[in-house]
Amino acid sequence: MNLASIFTNTGLALFNAEALYLALAAIGLNVHFGYTGLLNFGQVGFLAIAAYGLATGVTYFDLPFGLAVLLGLAAAVALALALGIPTLRLRADYLAIVTIASSEVIRLVARSATLRDFSGGSSGLTGFAQGFYDLNPLGPGSYGIGPISYDSNRAWLLLVGWTLVVLSSLLVFLLMRSPWGRVLRAIREDEDAARSLGKNVVGYKMQSLVLGGIFGALGGFVFALANSSVQPDSYATLLTFFAFTAMILGGAGRILGPVVGAVLFWSFFVLVENVLVEAGRAGYLPEAVFANQQGVIRQILVGVLLMLLMIFRPQGLFGDKKELALDAH
Amino acid sequence: MPTDATPPTRGSVPLTPDTSGSPVARIGEPTSPGGGARTGAAGLAGLEPRVGVPKPDPILVADGVTRAFGGLVAVEVEHLEVQRGAITALIGPNGAGKTTFFNLLTGFDKPSAGTWTFEGKKLGGVPAYKVARLGMVRTFQLTKALSRMSVLENMRLGATNQRGENFFRALVPGMWTGQQRKVDERAHSLLGRFKLDAKAGDFAGSLSGGQRKLLEMARALMVEPTMVMLDEPMAGVNPALTQSLLGHVKDLREQGMTVLFVEHDMDMVRDISDWVVVMAQGRVVAEGPPDVVMADQAVIDAYLGGHHDAPLTFEQEQAQLEAAQEDHR
Repeated sequence: MNLASIFTNTGLALFNAEALYLALAAIGLNVHFGYTGLLNFGQVGFLAIAAYGLATGVTYFDLPFGLAVLLGLAAAVALALALGIPTLRLRADYLAIVTIASSEVIRLVARSATLRDFSGGSSGLTGFAQGFYDLNPLGPGSYGIGPISYDSNRAWLLLVGWTLVVLSSLLVFLLMRSPWGRVLRAIREDEDAARSLGKNVVGYKMQSLVLGGIFGALGGFVFALANSSVQPDSYATLLTFFAFTAMILGGAGRILGPVVGAVLFWSFFVLVENVLVEAGRAGYLPEAVFANQQGVIRQILVGVLLMLLMIFRPQGLFGDKKELALDAH
Repeated sequence: MPTDATPPTRGSVPLTPDTSGSPVARIGEPTSPGGGARTGAAGLAGLEPRVGVPKPDPILVADGVTRAFGGLVAVEVEHLEVQRGAITALIGPNGAGKTTFFNLLTGFDKPSAGTWTFEGKKLGGVPAYKVARLGMVRTFQLTKALSRMSVLENMRLGATNQRGENFFRALVPGMWTGQQRKVDERAHSLLGRFKLDAKAGDFAGSLSGGQRKLLEMARALMVEPTMVMLDEPMAGVNPALTQSLLGHVKDLREQGMTVLFVEHDMDMVRDISDWVVVMAQGRVVAEGPPDVVMADQAVIDAYLGGHHDAPLTFEQEQAQLEAAQEDHR
């Protein structure tokens, strides 16, 4: 087995774009679910609409990069309002149904042949990322430590992306220790109690939905820029559940929970994949397993480990077990 | 809706012979200028114990408040006034519509018809959180302690007009920390009064049932209400705490607040209430001072059922059983 290759690939994954956009998506979900108790099963919709806002802004509307980013953010805010206005007055499960459906609607509309000129159909859009990489102040070369190094453009993306993660976490930290955050947590615990104490519950839920959606939108930008393309089918519901997994792994309702959860989840994913590949090459695995089945086996193994985590540490890495036990009333 | 032609005493039994027929006739009306108080418990002295009787100083007036669930009319209150500064009990058998009536008055449910005013302000269609801000604060039959928040955080939530509850001001701690200190002072003094000060840092979910009732009442007082609506404050409370809870309810009156409470515990009702309103099958069937109401035939009917063919002694039961067997043959 080539242990060096396993080590390097896993090390690269720790900071790479996948962990980054998962972290941003999970920070958003943490605001929705971890702090406000909103069941948003369509977080990927926010990533998708922002990524498409950016991409179509540059390619279809010929906007400069900065304005296209604003267009993407505006689209995410509009999505949050469109989802929230009809559902936030209703029971929590309605939001779950509407969000999961809307994220699929966005994907299917984006890939429709009718809108090919606008959103590029099933092959998506490319050629919008140059504006971002033109801003790269880093010279050509390799950035990192030893084998865990990234090329100049990737290093620029990661620098911007991780800065966004830090700023987002700081924003969440400031908000959640304030009276505003206290109202959100009260809504999570019991929205009728918050209402009976004079809090405009629907208004706060809407603010939470918009804020978490904006974090999701930042994740969408990173996703789109990392690949220099947007492809509709990469915004399928699986990504939402990866983000949920990352958040719960780290600990819902904790500032650093989603970030650490996303990094660990993604690097573990890559680790399992690489171990399987190397074990297959070294002949440790039967041919039937090795023949293009690593992807499936990886999913199974990761699933099993997550189940074990939930059984033995249901509160996540940063959670407080005593606090979780209180939930049972 | 019933028109004005409906006799005002429909569905009720006058407790004293009412010969005048005039809806404003009162016995020993203490409203002559300078001749006794109009407000508070004193204002109720000598008032005729008749359904819908006008109070000298009503804080809450309900007219024709009706709530139907499909074909079932859960609440149909023609006219009810609640005296300011007094403790009014709302009693009645299970399913009488007491809690539904509470929900309607506090904006947690919408009536099918009817109007009601609080301090002269119409409350129809006003959302629950605005009702609370107007000074009418409720508690719940099933206590809603915000389990995964500390006792102190529960209390802080009750304070209204907090600057830090605005999203943007929340980001600048300097904008709200000063106000929070004042809120904390008030919270600690209330917690002291309710003997919960030692628990300030604990999760509310770790409190006993009785302590949660106390916390809920203390939290409601943080809103600085003029009227407190308590839904079964004694339900599930350990007898050792009952006396202290009773004392706290009486305290509210001493501080000039109006209390309307739902309760099944007749001893408590007799002990602390100045006026008792009896509901059965959605209607107010009697109202008056506690001693008068509890001797009232309508109340006894409401609690024991209108059909007094229920066996009251062993002999009667035997006789009924034999009669039934006779019918069978």
